[in-house]
Amino acid sequence: MREMTYVEAAREGLAEEMERDPLVWVVGEGAGPRGGNFNTTVGLYDRFGPERLVDAPISERGFTALCTGAAATGTRPIVDFMFIDFITDGFGDLFNQTSKLQWMSGGRLKMPIVLRGCMGVYGSNGAHHSGNYYPFFMHVPGFHVVVPTTPADAKGLLKTAIRCDDPVLFLEHKGLLNIKGPVPDGEHLVPFGKAAIARAGKDVTILAVALMVRRALEAAEALAGEGISAEVIDPRTLAPLDMDTVLASLHKTGRLLVVDEDFAPCGVASEIATQVMERAFDDLDAPVKRLNGLFAPAPYSAALFAPMVPDTAAIVRAVRDLLAE
Amino acid sequence: MSETIGRERMLALYRQMLQIRRCEEALVRLYAAGKFAGACHTYIGEEAVATGVCAHLRMDDAVFSTHRGHGHALAKGVPPAELIAELLGKATGCSGGRGGSMHLFKPEIGFMGSSGIVGPSITLAAGGAYSAKLMKTDRVSVAFFGDGAVNNGSFHEGINLATAWRLPAIFVCENNLYATEVPFLQATRNTSVASRAAAYGLPGVELDGNDVLAVYAAAGEAVARARAGGGPALIECKTYRTRAHSEGMRDAGYRTADEIAQWRARDPIKAYRDALLAGAHASSADLDAIDAAVKAQIEEAVAFAESSPLPSPATVADHVYSAGACLDVQPAGGGQHA
Repeated sequence: MREMTYVEAAREGLAEEMERDPLVWVVGEGAGPRGGNFNTTVGLYDRFGPERLVDAPISERGFTALCTGAAATGTRPIVDFMFIDFITDGFGDLFNQTSKLQWMSGGRLKMPIVLRGCMGVYGSNGAHHSGNYYPFFMHVPGFHVVVPTTPADAKGLLKTAIRCDDPVLFLEHKGLLNIKGPVPDGEHLVPFGKAAIARAGKDVTILAVALMVRRALEAAEALAGEGISAEVIDPRTLAPLDMDTVLASLHKTGRLLVVDEDFAPCGVASEIATQVMERAFDDLDAPVKRLNGLFAPAPYSAALFAPMVPDTAAIVRAVRDLLAE
Repeated sequence: MSETIGRERMLALYRQMLQIRRCEEALVRLYAAGKFAGACHTYIGEEAVATGVCAHLRMDDAVFSTHRGHGHALAKGVPPAELIAELLGKATGCSGGRGGSMHLFKPEIGFMGSSGIVGPSITLAAGGAYSAKLMKTDRVSVAFFGDGAVNNGSFHEGINLATAWRLPAIFVCENNLYATEVPFLQATRNTSVASRAAAYGLPGVELDGNDVLAVYAAAGEAVARARAGGGPALIECKTYRTRAHSEGMRDAGYRTADEIAQWRARDPIKAYRDALLAGAHASSADLDAIDAAVKAQIEEAVAFAESSPLPSPATVADHVYSAGACLDVQPAGGGQHA
């Protein structure tokens, strides 16, 4: 095991897959010699050349659809959006072409495309550089949605995403990029649809998304001091969603809190709570509780910014409230 | 032209245009008889474009098509029986009944699909061209689109990217003067699509899209250049659909009967037949024999389609995802799929 940052681990995974398969290529603004705004491709241009590390004009709709056409015709593009907000110009083609072509062609076309970018309300990035967007993609048949939270998962899930024949939305939270953690030596792949128990517990289940996993772990540590044993689940992929792991945990704890910095309506917690009601109503000792970011665009000023997303203290309070139900 | 193209190829162009026409006429009859619902966007009047372009394509070249794609599909090699069966919603259709008129697929022969959204054929074809380049092949990728697409961002972004990256793509605009019913004259102040090529730095040519030999010549040049690494081209084919936007639609209020009659008088198939006879490239008997063979082929295709089975309802959610190894559990999002 080595200690690596999240970005380094993901980049190592990308380099391994580019080495393994000459049909893997990356396109993005600054993805070439510069190595990506978030250092996602540093050093790769020199290894793999300009046809596989392609600097793009600011033409997101164009290169998103172009990569869709490329994926349908035999190569394996990775679109590096830098800030994932920039994907929104491509929504029309993503939802009408990228997600549907396999189905429309009766499985005769494949769609091995990775859509990656950095997300999250983090720092003073303002309304156009702070979005999450994953519920849109969870709603549409055809996409996988991946939200790694550790360096090892960033590597292992990116490698799986690149080998996958379906469109994958691969989201890296800006608050996670520089965290360090152990990464296994040698080949390391993490399957989609397999949640991780980030911390085992018995009194309450906290399912958290992306950066919120780390805050939930901090909250669990604080709660342990109060004698409360919280289990923290990191779903790792939101589509597919590993409900079996959630339900097994809930069966044990009887209480579920979903922490998601993204907006509440039609979000991750809505889906999970509904599935819990459908499949495990009798396991519930209290209603499923959700803790979300505020329903507003992300602001710039730190004064406005602070209350936007749940912090550790808010998660602790939410757990106490849930246990008091 | 006739010296370089050869008699056999000249007759093949005639046969192909006629096959499209007869197939469309059969679909018109089937629609009128209530044999299918949904859209039926015929290519009648525009046959010379797909025919002249696809005559240069190999099976491994990629074509990305439009909502008016029957002609593109047939010219690329989709059998009429599979096209007709698709519109009848049959399991034997080229999309297994999933698509209908607007969503035709046969990627195994390079027909990469037709789209109900106007514009993406351009960007998708640029992507097909990128694959060809990265895979070090001399395959080309063709986008068909109408005048309705050229004021859409796909046109700007797709053609700019393909040109900037020198991709082997051919962009074929079928300018039939109306985007559904909005006149091109009202949609832009620059009604020369070919002239827009200058804005991106690729060759642009304008030609009579009802003249199959003119289309054939321009497409031949563009395909050869693209195969040789010379980059993309934009070809504007001036043409006209002589039937309604879609079968069963009211075709009035936006164009005149006179205008339709004028274009019918310039029918690309009749004009080509006359030219073949006038140039002594074929006798009436030669062409009548082709007519009879095409007629028989389409009759057979209709019979095949009508007698084909419907798709199984149990298959409707198949192929939302590939059967890839990336999954540890099924990808269903939840609810009824759980």
